[in-house]
Amino acid sequence: MTEMERTDMQTLAERPPAIADKDVPSAFAFEHIHKTFRSKDGGTVTALQDVCFSVGKGEFVTVVGPSGCGKSTLLRILAGLERASSGRALLGGRIVNGPTREVGVVFQAPVLLPWRTVLQNVLVPAEIQGRDRSASLARAHHYLQLVGLENFATKYPNELSGGMQQRVGIARALVNDPLLLLMDEPFGALDAMTRETMNLELQKIRERTGATIMLVTHSIPEAVFLGDRVVVMSPRPGRVTQVVDVNLPGLRTLDLINTDRFGTYVSSIRANLNASGGLD
Amino acid sequence: MAAIEGGAAIQAESLPDGSGLTPTRRLVLVASVFVGVVLLWHLLVTLMEVSPLIFPAPASVMKSLYQGIVSGEILKHGSVTLYEILVGFAIGALLGLLLGAAIGQSALLEAVLYPYVVAFQAMPKVAIAPLFVLWFGFGVTSKIIITAAIVFFPVLANTIVGLRSAPRDQVDLMTAFTASQWHIFRMVRVPHALPFIFVGLDIGIVLAVIGAIVGEFVGAQAGLGYLIMQRNFSMDASGVFAILIVLSIIGIVLHSVMRFVARRVIFWTDTHSDLSRGA
Repeated sequence: MTEMERTDMQTLAERPPAIADKDVPSAFAFEHIHKTFRSKDGGTVTALQDVCFSVGKGEFVTVVGPSGCGKSTLLRILAGLERASSGRALLGGRIVNGPTREVGVVFQAPVLLPWRTVLQNVLVPAEIQGRDRSASLARAHHYLQLVGLENFATKYPNELSGGMQQRVGIARALVNDPLLLLMDEPFGALDAMTRETMNLELQKIRERTGATIMLVTHSIPEAVFLGDRVVVMSPRPGRVTQVVDVNLPGLRTLDLINTDRFGTYVSSIRANLNASGGLD
Repeated sequence: MAAIEGGAAIQAESLPDGSGLTPTRRLVLVASVFVGVVLLWHLLVTLMEVSPLIFPAPASVMKSLYQGIVSGEILKHGSVTLYEILVGFAIGALLGLLLGAAIGQSALLEAVLYPYVVAFQAMPKVAIAPLFVLWFGFGVTSKIIITAAIVFFPVLANTIVGLRSAPRDQVDLMTAFTASQWHIFRMVRVPHALPFIFVGLDIGIVLAVIGAIVGEFVGAQAGLGYLIMQRNFSMDASGVFAILIVLSIIGIVLHSVMRFVARRVIFWTDTHSDLSRGA
């Protein structure tokens, strides 16, 4: 099953990213997701309200919205870390009930284990899932090379810069060849220049792996730069207010940021967020 | 690369502990203070003609220490006390670790057991010591139990706090990779707890010396605490001072061994020596 999906996905990756289609099974989908939290004073807070969208295999979707719009909660529901109050999340057609082996996750903080070397950190998910040691090792080296850290395999995390640590986190998320990569503001803690480099590298990673990616960010330019589609969310209660198809070249360079087309996307999304009161 | 390493080496040489002293200079200063204090002690005692029964001169303490060593008396009683310290520490630490691991993993166990643990800790062990001697006799057993009871709590408290110190993000990430509770415990919680546990063990080993001595004060047939009492009764102040020196040395050696082990086990952090020593 998993093997079939893999080959299926790799052939898809060579084609231009598919926009979700009713006939093609989606990589993942949200169907009428509601999420309410109990607040400390006993009331309830609606974090997500009727969120619906689906994403095709190999697609790179970015979710943008102001802080507190529930975009991270959405990601956590898909990762199986939280349950929706109602509605359902689907992953490869199956309802998400908890964490699954097909998903790789990257958070804002790299959260590496400081007593493990870079290589040992990358191997953590493989160890957890009891995967074949030598095959995992080969994949770990492969992904460390992909994120440009093959020479740092035996270093410890505290010997690495913040950007390098986050790249280790990305290699770790990829080590089991996940079908879906979930990234929750992965570059939010990095300085602007490192962030740009990481955005370029992430495109390279995406191109090489063909994985479906959902990246949550509060930076509109980052969302437009990375996404095939941008899902725009309103402030609490979080709703999807706009889904923008980004028709920009497949492999993007930093020059793109200064073009009019790029600027048009950014200002249209900003206007939308303004209208929903997201940018006070 | 070499330049960076060189820089780090220079820094390590000149700023080992924030005092701005090189290790050699520090050693010289510490030694000078020691010599100064001993000299002052000697001068004060002789000039003021303090009775050696009350406050002996350093020379007579040294003489007493020397005699204790060559006669084998210190070795004989010291080995009894050291045995009580080590066995009591091992038992107390093991119980603290096991119960700490259980409580650290289960909120239910904490709710049920922790009040009793705190109540037990609130009871001064010195006050219970006579009972232990009554129950377990004048031999080493009662001292081992008193020592274990004193060591138990700091190890327990630090184990609980340590097991809960793992960042939530870290645990979530492991969960997202389909880790079981056991994976998370073994791969994340235990290593995160180690710096705390070593603080507990370090406090425990120093308290273990106190536990054994207190036990011997209450009633014993051998041990350094017993020897202190005996010498005190015979007004041998310099003999008592000599034992105090031996006890300090035992404490320092045990503490240093603990620090040495801690540095090797929890190599990834250099803050463990500065962690709070409360508990």
